[in-house]
Amino acid sequence: MNGIPSSTFFSAPPDWGWLIVLYFFFGGLAGGCYFLASLIDLVGRPEDRPLARLGYYIAFPCVIVSALLLILDLTRPLRFWHMLIESNTFQPMFKFWSPMSVGAWALLIFGIFAFICFLAALVEDNQLAWPAGRKFCPPGTLSKVIAMVGGLFGFYVAGYTGVLLAVTNRPIWSDTPLLGMLFIVSAASISAASMILFARRYRWTMPGLAALHRVDAWVIALEFVVLIAVMISLGPVFRAWFSAWGLLLFFGVIVIGMLIPLALYWRRQWLGDRNVITAAALVLIGGFILRLVIVFSAQGV
Amino acid sequence: MPEPMGFYTDTTVCIGCKACEVACKEWNQLPSTNGGVNTLSGDSYDNTRRLDGIHWRHVKFIEQFTDDRKDGRWLLMSDVCKHCVQAPCLEVCPTGAIVRTEFDTVVIQSDACNGCRDCISACPFGVIEINPVSGTAQKCTLCYDRMQGGFEPACSKACPTNSIQFGTISELKGRAQKRVEQLHQVGEKRAYLYGADEKMLGGLNSFYLLVDKPEVYGLPPDPKMPTRNLTSGTMFSFLGALLVGLIGIFNFRNRGAAEREEARL
Repeated sequence: MNGIPSSTFFSAPPDWGWLIVLYFFFGGLAGGCYFLASLIDLVGRPEDRPLARLGYYIAFPCVIVSALLLILDLTRPLRFWHMLIESNTFQPMFKFWSPMSVGAWALLIFGIFAFICFLAALVEDNQLAWPAGRKFCPPGTLSKVIAMVGGLFGFYVAGYTGVLLAVTNRPIWSDTPLLGMLFIVSAASISAASMILFARRYRWTMPGLAALHRVDAWVIALEFVVLIAVMISLGPVFRAWFSAWGLLLFFGVIVIGMLIPLALYWRRQWLGDRNVITAAALVLIGGFILRLVIVFSAQGV
Repeated sequence: MPEPMGFYTDTTVCIGCKACEVACKEWNQLPSTNGGVNTLSGDSYDNTRRLDGIHWRHVKFIEQFTDDRKDGRWLLMSDVCKHCVQAPCLEVCPTGAIVRTEFDTVVIQSDACNGCRDCISACPFGVIEINPVSGTAQKCTLCYDRMQGGFEPACSKACPTNSIQFGTISELKGRAQKRVEQLHQVGEKRAYLYGADEKMLGGLNSFYLLVDKPEVYGLPPDPKMPTRNLTSGTMFSFLGALLVGLIGIFNFRNRGAAEREEARL
């Protein structure tokens, strides 16, 4: 029993499995697509508005999927509301120091913002007859406020899961304070990638799309730096990744999800037309594997 | 308000009879493992394996023998929830199901728990698990129901060697300190108390007398609160959001005016 690198190795795994991996992925997409869309609405060109609408179209369904995944993961799903209302007293249940408690509220509030922007996008695309919905579309002041506040909640939903993992006593998760940062940056990269894929499908060519390619490349580079920082900050606990999970992290996330897409964004001519699509698809795969490795590798040790 | 109550477990007098495990299961009506079909772990006399939702007491058997087995000793320890004064499980519980009682013990209210399992990963001792019958997180309650009636917990009542002792924390600490001194006098210099002082999670209301390093007993040498990472984790997340935001603003911003200016030149 000698040489245990951290006191975290005596805790028990919570059996957070595939549902949580999927939640981390769809929650990241929801928060990430929303905050990219809100950035486009706040600082972008008017002709980029379809790209922002696309972000909201992805964000809202992903929030719904996220909430369902979280509820299904509970061993007593019908008691999901206990996270919001204390079941014994019927008072609001909120602990600012428990990321899961804050996260439950943030997901609810973010869901409302995502729903409003989703409806506004439908109104603008003439898919929904709701004249009052125009108020929520740019360039109105109300839409700016919603984009700003909703965007902050989007960031929160994308990142709090990493902080939640850090606020435990499991190896890896609680041995670095950087998982929240990693998840936020990764949420931006997978969200940009998914928006690029849809935009390609619709054969859009607005200037914002080229900007989105640049954002994805920059964010992947940042994500690479943060992931290396995570590994360094683990110190002796890094040995826990000397396993099949570590190999998957290296090949699945670093090589397939970061280095190859970066090379593809840098050398545009390699695969011709398919260059950007391939890069975006690989970023999505890498983002999924990242969450898979982080969730499962800390429970096997 | 009653005084803080807890357990003092003197591992040097434990004989590994598991009466505590049986008494606990009986009183708390905990189901058997695997429908009562016995499976052997192959790990000494320990077939309980670990604390979980249906095992709130677990007697550990640690065999320390030389290869030829001519010399050696048994370390026996009845493990249980530590009822930490600063309890990590209580700290993270998002439903308020985990509460501190009037006896300064930590109890999970089964009717409020929804099985999110945050407490399982927060407990540095690996005490909590889901009870498959209730579908909620469960652990030792320090027999809260018995204490409310003025009785001592089932395990300490059943312990035939007084390895598990129940009482007020101040009284137990005094008793434990005397026992350490006694052991030191008779030559067992390795004896010490684990969790009796406030340095460890504010003090463990279930503390131990051990004669080897904590990790030998499967106990963390330096258990910490989960929220130690809250501020740093949040700050780094803000930094991440800021950097992503700046990358976004820099690339998405409407540079129409500047670009037109450039084109004119």
